[in-house]
Amino acid sequence: MTEQAVRVVGLSKQFRIGEKQAGYQTFRDKLTDAAKSMFRRSKSGRKSGTIWALQDVSFEVGQGEVIGIIGRNGAGKSTLLKVLSRITEPTTGYAEIRGRLSSLLEVGTGFHAELTGRENIYLNAAILGMRRKDIGRRFDDIVAFSEVEKFIDTPVKHYSSGMYLRLAFAVAAHLEPDVLLIDEVLAVGDAAFQRKCLGKMGEVAQQGRTVLFVSHDMTAISRLASRTVVLEGGRVAYLGDTSDAIGMYVKEHQSSEEDLELRTDRRGDGVIRLKSFACFDAQGRKVTSVGTGDPVYFSVGYTTKLKGLEPLDFVLDMRFTDVMGHPISTLSTRFSSPVPRGKVESDGLMVCKVESLSLAAEVYGIDLWLAYRGGMSDFVPRAAEMQVVTADYFGTGAEPLIRKHGAALIPHEWFVGSRAMECMPPPANIESPALPPGA
Amino acid sequence: MNSAQISADIQDLRVQRIEPSKGWVSLRLGELWEYRELLYFLTWRDIKIRYKQTVLGATWAIIQPLLTVVVFSIFFGRLGKIPSDGIPYPIFSFTGLVPWTLFVYGLAQSSNSLVGSQNLIKKVYFPRLTIPIASLFAGIVDFLIALAILVIMMVYYAVTPSMNMVWLPFFFLLTLVTSLGVGFWLSALNVEYRDVRFAVPFLTQFWMYATPIAYPSSMLPEPWRTLYGLNPMAGVVEGFRWSLLGSHTQPGPIILASSGVAVIMMVSGAYYFKRMERNFADVV
Repeated sequence: MTEQAVRVVGLSKQFRIGEKQAGYQTFRDKLTDAAKSMFRRSKSGRKSGTIWALQDVSFEVGQGEVIGIIGRNGAGKSTLLKVLSRITEPTTGYAEIRGRLSSLLEVGTGFHAELTGRENIYLNAAILGMRRKDIGRRFDDIVAFSEVEKFIDTPVKHYSSGMYLRLAFAVAAHLEPDVLLIDEVLAVGDAAFQRKCLGKMGEVAQQGRTVLFVSHDMTAISRLASRTVVLEGGRVAYLGDTSDAIGMYVKEHQSSEEDLELRTDRRGDGVIRLKSFACFDAQGRKVTSVGTGDPVYFSVGYTTKLKGLEPLDFVLDMRFTDVMGHPISTLSTRFSSPVPRGKVESDGLMVCKVESLSLAAEVYGIDLWLAYRGGMSDFVPRAAEMQVVTADYFGTGAEPLIRKHGAALIPHEWFVGSRAMECMPPPANIESPALPPGA
Repeated sequence: MNSAQISADIQDLRVQRIEPSKGWVSLRLGELWEYRELLYFLTWRDIKIRYKQTVLGATWAIIQPLLTVVVFSIFFGRLGKIPSDGIPYPIFSFTGLVPWTLFVYGLAQSSNSLVGSQNLIKKVYFPRLTIPIASLFAGIVDFLIALAILVIMMVYYAVTPSMNMVWLPFFFLLTLVTSLGVGFWLSALNVEYRDVRFAVPFLTQFWMYATPIAYPSSMLPEPWRTLYGLNPMAGVVEGFRWSLLGSHTQPGPIILASSGVAVIMMVSGAYYFKRMERNFADVV
């Protein structure tokens, strides 16, 4: 255990702002930029701006160690994995990897819908760096793990999403690298499959392989990782014992408010811009975790140059999403009754009051979407995360589980036996039948 | 394998250093060789899906050049009375079209290949050069089909090949080198400047007129004819005709010029590609 499997020294990665969102440029842009910069002395260099996604990150991972990486959105977790897996180059600093490295930043990279399960196993495994003879040797294990034996010669476009994911993870699970990097891939599939994946990862770790994995799932982190790195604003905020790291992350997470001004992954014309997001409990304390059924206040800060804005001029949608980004529910100013009233300042807050948060315990993403007179002004996907924790919502002590029972909680009452008929409202009028005449 | 064994193995594992690269970097051909199986699988995938959901399937590989020959024979051969070095015009133009079709396929596919594979580029590391190479290699199947048609035509027109034919593999290789050179340049440029997408159709059209497919290069006087070889496809097409049909014109100087240009284009393209490669995942 004297040898380090991974050694990261002063690693930094700089992005040009807008590079991530604007994507490619045309030759014309380059020409106009060049023309502009002739008249604007050196100012443009500063104006275009850069951000450091990673700053002076250093740590070491022993051979056979499992390291968790946690941090908020934009803390640099994914960038770190991308640099270590050589997808993108660091700006300064270096890292040393001992042995063969495989990275799993997504399940099913390179899967092609037209190819069969069998063909995709070979293709995907080759892309992930497996040799053909190794794939052949492990082929039966992969198929068995994926549980899609019957459909192995069917094009994957006919697979259900569950089958697709199982097959994709099965390939990844049999990689046998010396160092494995994993980004949030466990957050897919149903509960049974997740357990299987976690089990497989534990197995991989026990074989003496080194694993670095990013997750929002603190349960998975605490189960698998011996040590954990907490990233904050591209820097290592903590490195050490997993339970301490989680404790620190949760504490940090709770006291802070999401500053949305730094987010670059936004869309819209920016007539009105989202500035901040925070949740408060009934006592007015800022929180990031809320009990099921508890009252909660969501506050959204915005800024605009428009004057004399009326509440009905804009629409604010606050959408809860699951780990996959699928919508669960939306709180919208359009749905608000009574309609919001009051003077709208150019720089202010909107607060949404929820009497009882009827969502099952889970970490939800919150997308914020702001439109002004029908045009999209600002959209920040996954602007914040909110942890809903179990509280006795139904007052029975029975806990609804999101994976089994779904996210939406509906207050209800069951009646049995003789009371079952009695509880229903009496038929309104037997004389006029509900069916149309002649039916 | 137990963990003790792995611990022992790890002592002699290779250490890979990840650091920023500066300026012109090495091509790392050794690494490309290590990933030859991936190259094989990517090529195989492109071949497999090429004619999926088409009614005519691989027949397209025959129809396209054959119809072009019909059009050429009518307009240039019959109406335009363009000379064809004493060879029947249809087979004269088809011999030019066979390598040309491979080149155009490679040009179109590889220039778009990196942008089309952005999901791969952003999620997993491998030498990116495999992507444009694989997309060209997938065109070789079509090329072989067209070559078979050419052989049938040679039998029909009773063209007996000479010993020049042993040079055919060389001209095939020259086609690949030329296509790769253009492919490396265009695919890397396309990542940053999507103008390439619009330029490629024009480029192919102009290039076709600048290549002796519908007409023989013997229409040009020397020294222009040798200068003409600076278009590497001119050398390829003349080479194909010379080795298969035994056209009387000696293509030596043209081919020499073409080979030189093709190699320069491929090497410079590969270096440019490698230089841009570090930004692909951030920009694409």
